[in-house]
Amino acid sequence: MAEVLQPDRVLDCSGLLCPLPVIRTSKAIKEIAIGQVLKVIATDPGAPADMEAWARQTGNELIDAHEENGTYVFFFRRLR
Amino acid sequence: MSRRDPDAPKRLAIIASKGTLDFAYPPFILGSTAAAMGWEVGIFFTFYGLPLLLRNYDPKVSPLGNPAMPLKMPFGPPALRQISWPIPALVEALPGFSLLATSLMEQTFKQKGVPSLLELRQLCIDAGVNLIACQMTMDVFGFKKEDFIPECTVGGAATFLEFAADADVSLFV
Repeated sequence: MAEVLQPDRVLDCSGLLCPLPVIRTSKAIKEIAIGQVLKVIATDPGAPADMEAWARQTGNELIDAHEENGTYVFFFRRLR
Repeated sequence: MSRRDPDAPKRLAIIASKGTLDFAYPPFILGSTAAAMGWEVGIFFTFYGLPLLLRNYDPKVSPLGNPAMPLKMPFGPPALRQISWPIPALVEALPGFSLLATSLMEQTFKQKGVPSLLELRQLCIDAGVNLIACQMTMDVFGFKKEDFIPECTVGGAATFLEFAADADVSLFV
C-alpha cells in the first residue's frame, strides 16, 4: 500500500524523541491541504503508539504505518 | 453553567509546582503535545514552578535527596555509560555538584534528541498554551510582572480552577 502512496510532503523526524515527532507532525499537516498526504519518518521507539493516538485525537487518517530499515514510516491524510 | 459545548476541544489543566530541570519537563511536554492534538491547554505555575516563566530561566537539577535519579555519563565508552554511579550524598552536597549533574542531564537530553526546556516552552507559546503565573507566589517571592515572559497571564487559584472545572484531564506536577 505504501508503495503506491505518493506523499504531498515528507517530514523527517529521525533522531528526535517525544514530544517532537508529534509536534512537528501536527505543524506539518496544517501546511498541506485537506485530502493531501503527509509522510513522516521517525526513529523514536514511542512513535508508533503516539502517532496513532495523535491521529485519533486530531481526526486525521493514519493510512499506513510500517517499519522500514529500522525506521518507522507513517502516512497521514489530512481530513480536517 | 459551566458545562461546555460537547463539540468543544478537549481540555488539559496542569499545575506546575516544581522548578528543577527534571520536574520542569513534564508540564511543557504534556502541554505542547496536547496542543499539537488540538486540545486547549492551561498551565498554572505556582510556588517553585513559577520561575519556569522567568525571562531568563536556567533550571538546575540535584541528585541530592533525589535517590531515584540515574547518574550516567553522556559520553565515554558504552560500557561506562551504562553505569549509574553510586555517589554518596555527602559528595552530592559539595559545591558545584548540582551544576555537574545539570550539565550531564542537559547533554544527555540533547544527545538523545529531547528539546531543551526553553525550546519546549517556546513550542507551548507558539501553540497558544495558556501560561498562568500565580499572583500570590509572585508577591511572596518578590517577583515583578516584568521579570516574566510577556506571553504569560497572571492569575490566582480561582482563575485556574475556573479553567480546570471543565477540563478533561487535570494534573498536578
